Amino acid sequence: MMMRLIPHPLLSIALVLVWLGLVNTFTLGNLILGVVFGLVIPMLTAPYWPDRPRIGKPLRVIEYVLVVFWDIVVANVQVAWIILFRRNANIRSHWIVVPLELQSAEAITVLAGTITMTPGTVSATLAADGGCILVHCLDTDDPDAVRDEIKSRYERRLKEIFQ
Amino acid sequence: MGFVTELLISIFLVVSGIFGLVGSYGLIKLKDSLQRLHAPTKATTLGVGGVLVASMIYFYVSTGYLSVHELLISVFLLLTAPITANFIAKTYMARNLRPNDLPESESDYGWSIYDEPPESRPDT
Repeated sequence: MMMRLIPHPLLSIALVLVWLGLVNTFTLGNLILGVVFGLVIPMLTAPYWPDRPRIGKPLRVIEYVLVVFWDIVVANVQVAWIILFRRNANIRSHWIVVPLELQSAEAITVLAGTITMTPGTVSATLAADGGCILVHCLDTDDPDAVRDEIKSRYERRLKEIFQ
Repeated sequence: MGFVTELLISIFLVVSGIFGLVGSYGLIKLKDSLQRLHAPTKATTLGVGGVLVASMIYFYVSTGYLSVHELLISVFLLLTAPITANFIAKTYMARNLRPNDLPESESDYGWSIYDEPPESRPDT
């Protein structure tokens, strides 16, 4: 009964919080309306997430978010530096192939998004079976080092979170 | 409003303005579409983020309430920016690159833009 009413507790909580944030004032009426959304939307959208992954270690999520936030700030400065002070002829762009150990579609999506937001890399496409990811790197001398950093810094943490 | 908060808000606004400008300049300066993709996905995140932080501080100081709209905007921005970049990259690859312009895929299948996924292959 509980599982049918709230099939996805985290999504319900997130929807309530987002609704309260959108109306930007905390009143009882808004809270009730938010709870209604939090109950109805997961029920209506349940067919679209058939086998969702379990979040094993919630604390690791916070650590991951902080690491990514810091990297985004660093990435902004690095890319701005390259744009302003490198001559175009000196920018060495590379394609990098990163083999993936992650299995679930959600984890790979998070990894691809992270790669795009962090230093000098944009994720371009996946292999057709999801076994590796193609990354475009704006400027690097050592493509292998970039690949190893993606694997050790992000994929290792995501593997801990999604298992 | 005190001098310190005004200074803080100004710093955030100026920093974000600089990053927004640099991101836009990157669109003109870099030489091909894939390099240009790097400028708006990164240099502008801090640009928009700075304005949002400044706005949060301003409304907290002037009204006394913490406004969470800005937090939501930055969350939605962080969720959507990589997807947009990925769409642009894929469109560019589909139109302008052939499979042999790219490095080989290290798995059994080629890149998803040119190659069918495992399920739809008749021999598997």
